[in-house]
Amino acid sequence: MQLEIRERTVGEITVLDLIGKITIGDGSVQLRDAVNNLLEAGRNRIILNLGGVTYVDSSGIGELVSRFTTTKGTGGKLKLLNLPKKIKDLLMITKLLTVFEIHEDEQAAIESFQ
Amino acid sequence: MMLAENVVELTIASQLEFIDLVTTLTDNITHMIGFDEESAYWVNMAVRESVANAVEHGNKYDPQKTVDIRFTIGVDALRVTVRDHGEGFDPSTLPDPLDPNNLLNPAGRGILYMRTFMDSVEYERHPEGGMIATMSKRRAPKLAGQESGEGDHKHDAVRN
Repeated sequence: MQLEIRERTVGEITVLDLIGKITIGDGSVQLRDAVNNLLEAGRNRIILNLGGVTYVDSSGIGELVSRFTTTKGTGGKLKLLNLPKKIKDLLMITKLLTVFEIHEDEQAAIESFQ
Repeated sequence: MMLAENVVELTIASQLEFIDLVTTLTDNITHMIGFDEESAYWVNMAVRESVANAVEHGNKYDPQKTVDIRFTIGVDALRVTVRDHGEGFDPSTLPDPLDPNNLLNPAGRGILYMRTFMDSVEYERHPEGGMIATMSKRRAPKLAGQESGEGDHKHDAVRN
């Protein structure tokens, strides 16, 4: 399995700890399914913890964008936590760094939903 | 020291499962010829993007169509060609992923990443059908006290 996803809840907020690769095929699909399952359950306050992600390709970046817009469409928010430098580079190159709300501290990310 | 060009070729079926095979070979080649870790990482990604495009958009996952990858290890640069057997396309007609109207599109960033991480990327139609992507990355001379300049290059590419 390319990507391992561990789910935690903090009140109404769900933290998804992502570990592995978000690339075309399995990784992107796993991320899509995990976020969509949360949205279908009415949980639309989501933090993606990317600290354990070792590789992302353009498909993975596209999936982050898609889940961001889908979550926003439900009236919720999807925020990013612990971005590795290379993912930050990829977001910067495609002018997406300011599109996402990005946190380096989990507690601050959780409190930002208040 | 290699004085002549060396060529390594690989042909895969149009299945995403084989992309890792190509990038593993890419890593072996870039490390063998002395690319620093940062450069090797981004060359890996450029090759991944190109092969994924060939499988998905070029061959449209047709199991009868192959993707042909050729690594040419030159004295000054690594050149990688990726050929699909699809209908071909005009790269100049692709939407600009940096256009504010396209920023939230789920797709369309792969070629931009390739152009950012490689020194050159060119597309041409193969006379017998399909497209060929040709990418090259200079091999930085390892001189005492001289840095590779990879970071600077990357940001130059971003501005371009």
